Amino acid sequence: MNLYEYQAREILRRHGIPVPDGDVATTPDEARAIAQRLGGRVVVKAQVHAGGRGKAGGVKLATNPTEAAAHARQILGMTIKGLPVRKVLVAPAADIASESYVGMIVDRGAQRPVLMVSAAGGVDIEAVAAHTPTQIHQLAVDPRYGLLSHQALGLALTLYRDVAQARAAADIMQRLYTAFYAVGASLAEINPLATTPDGKVMALDAKIVVDDNELERRPEIAALRDPEAEAASEVAAREAGLSFIKLDGTVGCCVNGAGLAMATMDLVKYYGGEPANFLDIGGSSNPQKVVAALRIITADPSVRAILFNIFGGITRCDDVANGIVQATQQLPLKVPMVIRLTGTNEQEAVAILTRAGYTALTDMDDAVKQAVARARGKAA
Amino acid sequence: MSIFVDQETRLLVQGITGRDGSFHTRQMISYGTKVVAGVTPGKGGQLFDGVVPVFDTVADAVRETKPTCSVIYVPAAVAASAILEAADAGLPLVVCITEGIPVLDMTRALPFLHEHGARLIGPNCPGLISPTKGKVGIIPGNICKPGRIGVVSRSGTLTYEIIHQLTRAGHGQSTCVGIGGDPLIGTNFIQCLSAFEADPDTDAVVLIGEIGGTDEQQAAEFAQRGMTKPVIGFIAGQTAPPGRRMGHAGAIISGSSGTAAEKMAAFERAGISVMKRPADVVPLLEERL
Repeated sequence: MNLYEYQAREILRRHGIPVPDGDVATTPDEARAIAQRLGGRVVVKAQVHAGGRGKAGGVKLATNPTEAAAHARQILGMTIKGLPVRKVLVAPAADIASESYVGMIVDRGAQRPVLMVSAAGGVDIEAVAAHTPTQIHQLAVDPRYGLLSHQALGLALTLYRDVAQARAAADIMQRLYTAFYAVGASLAEINPLATTPDGKVMALDAKIVVDDNELERRPEIAALRDPEAEAASEVAAREAGLSFIKLDGTVGCCVNGAGLAMATMDLVKYYGGEPANFLDIGGSSNPQKVVAALRIITADPSVRAILFNIFGGITRCDDVANGIVQATQQLPLKVPMVIRLTGTNEQEAVAILTRAGYTALTDMDDAVKQAVARARGKAA
Repeated sequence: MSIFVDQETRLLVQGITGRDGSFHTRQMISYGTKVVAGVTPGKGGQLFDGVVPVFDTVADAVRETKPTCSVIYVPAAVAASAILEAADAGLPLVVCITEGIPVLDMTRALPFLHEHGARLIGPNCPGLISPTKGKVGIIPGNICKPGRIGVVSRSGTLTYEIIHQLTRAGHGQSTCVGIGGDPLIGTNFIQCLSAFEADPDTDAVVLIGEIGGTDEQQAAEFAQRGMTKPVIGFIAGQTAPPGRRMGHAGAIISGSSGTAAEKMAAFERAGISVMKRPADVVPLLEERL
């Protein structure tokens, strides 16, 4: 789950990392009041889960509260990379002497949290990594001991020659490490970590991504989720216990298992179609899940055909077949459906579906080819 | 022969009285696996289905029944703790089926396993099966058949699909291992390839990967450098959009890294036959045998 900048800043602040003052506004009047309190000269920043806000015009400098309100009015109406902006952060416009990057991720290869720092901050760190990787210094932290003081200082000295600044940055890194574990993050970035002309080191912008698997045991973090930031279909899927991602194609896919779901989408593409979604109904053959899945898929107006691909292992094909029959009684379909089931109790499943007037296939390639043809409006 | 699990495996089930644990314990027993003990704290002294002794702790079960392997079916919130308990009690092989374990829990569990000399398979995996010899986990026994092909995969039902295609064409399996769909896992592709290379009863390996991470690329380098046996590879997620988690926590393209195209190219370079779709497995395998 992605946190907004203002939420990430608050987490850093609570962990003792220096963050400039500022507050979040949902209306121009609120933005004006915050700017007033901060002394007038502020930056107004769109709060949206997308990179490149600045380039999109979502970050603007204001010299007085009236201008801050005007910027807020403009930014609050914007859509950045398809996402409507509903909140802005109003923060003091800081004078900046230098900009660095400090980030933490869990590295799959090292199987450890890795701290990455670069003196080339304030820009896209992926571009730095791609073009001048020597400008990035990294350290895999042993989670049994945490980030040790000398390790943090060693990294900080690659950013600052001034020892006082390096010590301040090292302290920020250790606090970032603590915050990372405290909130269950999979990524935490301070970009830029800035110095001011009077030598202070502070986090000007922050990004935190929380591991979805942490949310159940961290209700205070789960409460930060903004359901308006997600497609309605994805919210509905999550509430139904389904794993769903909307795509742009015309073949709606309903599959058990994430790997098979991806392979099914790939096969749709292989046969010249475009998948409308990724959808994993999981191991359960609960008819209610099938109903929820069909409701979500059919709510997408671009779907021209629905493809079921079920491999019965522990999941019994006859249970899924019953689920499909019940689901389509509750929710009559307007687009053709192609069903493929194989594995445990496949014969029973085919019989159930045949009785209900559906054709069930047992071969994955045959089913996908047929679904692609149906989506193009051809008879199978 | 086979890898990791065979007819000598003495299995302990952690979470044996739970909904999933009890169902799959019955499946494993009916497949012929020697289930010697179960653990559910608070239910020590009971007999599961009148046959399998249940203990309060793994240490008690190890002392009394000498298991050689543990399989874990406990909820995600306590699964990392169950892994640590198994390693602490001296079990050399721990298979964790549970999905949804926080990654940061695994950053702490993995060094502990390493210090205790325990191998973990998973988490978030279907386990493993050496057909007719033993099954640890949830892979359906009826789709497998004994034979000389090794299968190693990051996913569940996609693996069953490919095993099913192999079995239908008459290619039995030595062992099928699901290593898990999470970003941090105990046993990677290379360790499985290496075990299959050393197994005299495996002739070829089918490797089923997916988007995210670089484990497949490293496996490709290993196959080129360290294997004489042919490898057939598949990557799921060729149509997956970047930045979105495709069900499995580990199946995510970050920036431009971890794409299917990159992994398939690494396979090609390493001489691994690349399946474009699951149905390619049999023809490609027959070309290489």
